[in-house]
Amino acid sequence: MHRLAQRGLAIASTIALLAAAAGCSGDDGSGPGGASVPGVTDTEIVVGTHMPLTGPASAGYSKIAPATKAYFDYVNANGGVHGRKITYKIMDDGYNPANTQQVVRQLVLQDKVFAVLNGLGTPTHTGVLDFLKSNRVPDLFVASGSRSWDQPDKYPGTFGFNPDYTVEGKILANYAKANLAGQKVCFLGQDDDFGRDSLAGVEKVLGAGAVAVKQTYVTSNTNVAPQIGAFKAAGCKVVVLATVPGFTALSVGTAARLGFKAQWLVSNVGADHPTLAKQLGAAAPLLEGMVGTNYLPMQNDTANPWIQLFTRINKEHNGDAPFDGNTVYGMSVGYLFVQTLLAAGKDLTREKVLEAVQKGGFQGPGLVPLRFSAKDHSGYGGQRLSRVTGGVQSYFGPAYETDEADGPVNEYTAAPVAPPANGVPTVS
Amino acid sequence: MDRFVFLTIDGLSRGAVYAAFALALVLIWRAARVVNFAQGAMAVAAAYVAYTVSAATGSYWLGFVVAIVAGLLLGALVDRVVMRHVDHASPLNPVIVALGLVLLIQAVLGMVYGNEFRPAEAPFSRSALTVGGVAVLSPYDLFVFATIAVVVSGLAWMFARTPVGLRMRAAAFAPEVSRLLGVNVGGMLTLGWALASGVGALAAMLVLPTELGLHPHAMDLVFVSAFTAAVVGGLDSPPGAVVGGLAVGLLLSYVSGYAGSDLTPLAVLVLLLAVLLVRPGGLFAPVAARRV
Amino acid sequence: MSATRAAVPPKQQLVDADRPVDRRRGSTLLRHFAIVLVVGLLLVGVSYAVEPFRNFQLATVAAYLCATAGLTVLTGLNGQLSLGHGALMATGAYTVALCQNAFADRGMTGGWLLPLSLGAAIVSTVAVGAVVGVAAARLRGPYLAGVTLAVAVVVPALAVTFDGVFNGEQGLSVPVEPPPMSLGPYFPYERWQLWLTGAATLLALLLLANLIRSRYGRTFRAVRDDEVAARLAGIHVARTQVLAFVVSAATAGLGGALLAVLAQSVSPGAFSLTLSLFLLMAVVIGGLGRLTGALWGAVLLVALPDLTHSATELLTLSPAVAQRLEGNLPLAIFGLTLIVVMIAAPGGVQGLLSRLGRRLRARRS
Repeated sequence: MHRLAQRGLAIASTIALLAAAAGCSGDDGSGPGGASVPGVTDTEIVVGTHMPLTGPASAGYSKIAPATKAYFDYVNANGGVHGRKITYKIMDDGYNPANTQQVVRQLVLQDKVFAVLNGLGTPTHTGVLDFLKSNRVPDLFVASGSRSWDQPDKYPGTFGFNPDYTVEGKILANYAKANLAGQKVCFLGQDDDFGRDSLAGVEKVLGAGAVAVKQTYVTSNTNVAPQIGAFKAAGCKVVVLATVPGFTALSVGTAARLGFKAQWLVSNVGADHPTLAKQLGAAAPLLEGMVGTNYLPMQNDTANPWIQLFTRINKEHNGDAPFDGNTVYGMSVGYLFVQTLLAAGKDLTREKVLEAVQKGGFQGPGLVPLRFSAKDHSGYGGQRLSRVTGGVQSYFGPAYETDEADGPVNEYTAAPVAPPANGVPTVS
Repeated sequence: MDRFVFLTIDGLSRGAVYAAFALALVLIWRAARVVNFAQGAMAVAAAYVAYTVSAATGSYWLGFVVAIVAGLLLGALVDRVVMRHVDHASPLNPVIVALGLVLLIQAVLGMVYGNEFRPAEAPFSRSALTVGGVAVLSPYDLFVFATIAVVVSGLAWMFARTPVGLRMRAAAFAPEVSRLLGVNVGGMLTLGWALASGVGALAAMLVLPTELGLHPHAMDLVFVSAFTAAVVGGLDSPPGAVVGGLAVGLLLSYVSGYAGSDLTPLAVLVLLLAVLLVRPGGLFAPVAARRV
Repeated sequence: MSATRAAVPPKQQLVDADRPVDRRRGSTLLRHFAIVLVVGLLLVGVSYAVEPFRNFQLATVAAYLCATAGLTVLTGLNGQLSLGHGALMATGAYTVALCQNAFADRGMTGGWLLPLSLGAAIVSTVAVGAVVGVAAARLRGPYLAGVTLAVAVVVPALAVTFDGVFNGEQGLSVPVEPPPMSLGPYFPYERWQLWLTGAATLLALLLLANLIRSRYGRTFRAVRDDEVAARLAGIHVARTQVLAFVVSAATAGLGGALLAVLAQSVSPGAFSLTLSLFLLMAVVIGGLGRLTGALWGAVLLVALPDLTHSATELLTLSPAVAQRLEGNLPLAIFGLTLIVVMIAAPGGVQGLLSRLGRRLRARRS
């Protein structure tokens, strides 16, 4: 009996300890529709994100959220949005969906964020869609090109940012059709929705049977020699890559090793030249002639006013971290979010933010239009092609826009806008 | 047929590196009866040191030598500072400590060097020489094979013929008796850790140019393959590690070449089960001493 | 010091766990039942006292506890090392996802569907566990580790290979019904989640605790301590080992299924090799071979990342330094803690606590 009491005591004390750890939280006030908006006071707006800051998938991506935060710090230093400063809580999920579950709940239930902004990754973010929906948390500008974010009926609070992988596949294939006609086209894609959607886009433009050899890779196997060997044996001339940066570099390096030459057409995901060049080191010249896509200003285009602005903010608020495509991406997300907050008005509520995004009409650093409307929650609707020449990646030709269905690939001709003089958007 | 030759050579050149890494695992297992899960992280740390030295001096070979020295030192350090103080009564304790070391080393590397990939240069061309239209070995592959052959034969000679090697074997198999005979058992153990870690660092230097590049997690997948190789070959057997490494390399290459890369993990499991269900101690297991 | 390293027999560390337990009067079953009842009531109380996020964390602890309890029985009491329990959890999780989706597609509703799915998850994991267990019974030490490691890598990879069924990396969503209306329209969902997982876990622990105290528990320990002696005593060693593996798999499957229900989604990335390794770290740090140790382990799995993250948030750093430390510092602290705890207290948290308790009692008497 003594032992029983002892054990019961041990367990009870454990639980009491846990409860104590939970801290002196008030009751959750379980009634609906409190007057105050979560995460918003007269002086502050709290938003959060989940990002891989550690682990194998963090390369490159770990720089996005700090860049966004740097942009917010810049805006805060200039008076904030409607007098409110933006606090950006960055949570590391290591690209592990189980961790994403934890950290997003912490953001929403504990830190009471107003919105989740730019959560990164398809498998990670898919797992929290339902949770964010049932808690009515705006889920803005998800950092992935999956088509899952564009389901306005099922997930009314979720919006994408990146052009989806099918749009990208169509634009790359359109280039091959117009400029590399008659050459054998092959495809290497990641073995998930990234590769599948991209291939679907390529086949929409070229025709179902037009891709001669289709290969896939998994990130857990870093040897792509068998795949590249198959391309070589089949005599491929053009290879479309739906690959993450590591595997773009690996494919290009392996091809050189096997004496295989092709025109590479690379998804925006894996086409950032500084990232690839860094990884290839002395072998970086292999990237010469690579065609990639992007939809934001090129990070090396120092004449571009957006790049000038972002470089300055990077110096002042981001510890002058190495400036690359991820920095531009992160700051562009920050800019769009500030635009959204401004459009939502001074009396900020979650509903108003969603309305503001759906109303659309945002003009920013992007080279192509954002598609937001009540019926469309996908992000950028097109891309522009880039080429590496003399070790420098630069845009060529017009920007293109298209949809993820069977619509044509059209040139997008509207002139790009310049940033406002002080770098902070104003109410339009 | 061309494709078969191509896949075979590709598999062998990767298998050779798995073999080297498996060898490092076998060395520690023989010396200390520990499966060193931190082997990969320790090797990456040594490779980062090499990267720093090479970047500063511009000399690949200086970095290469420094990596091996750093590996030796790190091994000795891990034994003296950490493993020596671990209660080895349960075989699990050192495993958990090794896992802790993995987290610690990878996090420190991430803090110092950032979570970015760094280029891992190869000292020789990796472009394959073609013979009759078929791409065969590259100069780098030959370098890998030669290095590993030297290491394996060097270790075999050391354990069989030198007094130090004999003492190390004695200390591992009968520590009490060895101590009575005047063998410095603790010193032998440290030497074993250092040697294994040095071989691991060498293997990392050989494998990294064929991988994504230098990254705190660069050896995670290699570790899994190499551990599989060591288990297939038998953890007590250095020749087993070599055979296991080559077998795993070939298997991975054939399966991703003929069936699809997503099936490679399954193939590895099947190989493991097939070998271990016939020989529970691996291919080169010593004969069981006693069964009831 | 070093000479003793290889020479100490590998069973000494668990002496604590095997204190003679059967000299007490009264029914073990009844005693365990009483404890479970008390803990259950306490849990209900706690679920009202703390905010939703803590409810969710406690629910996650409960789900992990299923898995760690099973693992500690297998590794601590039966002496079989498994690096593949994450894969068994994945099996349970995917089974629940497939069942719940099948029910939802057919428009079936009702409170009995979830227990049915959980039951199916246990059955399927038992099947997988039996297969692995039969192989495992032939293997020892690192060879067993090798096979279970391969299992841990293979099972998540299968989700990608058969993406028609499992939907690849993106995984499946798990439709779970809201709390019953009888609890009121504004019953917090996280509280309901805690009730659900808490009830399932307590039930599993009750069964495990009774198993440990039963004849089977004694044969588990006998096989761990000395296979030859166990065989001489008439114990069928291989059968005992398979049984231990199956029991352990069942609880791991339940744990995975509960995690899937909590997250309302499953994906292979959540059940990687890392999870399997973390489970093992959790049971050893908590105190191997004891259910209370498994509890500490599960608490650590949930609380430690959170704690270390909060700790790093307290520091004010320049952006450049912060970017380097962010994420890495918590891992470094975790790793260092692991090493220090294993060196300072090889019996884990629970070992430390019982040592403390014994010292206190000794002082009193």
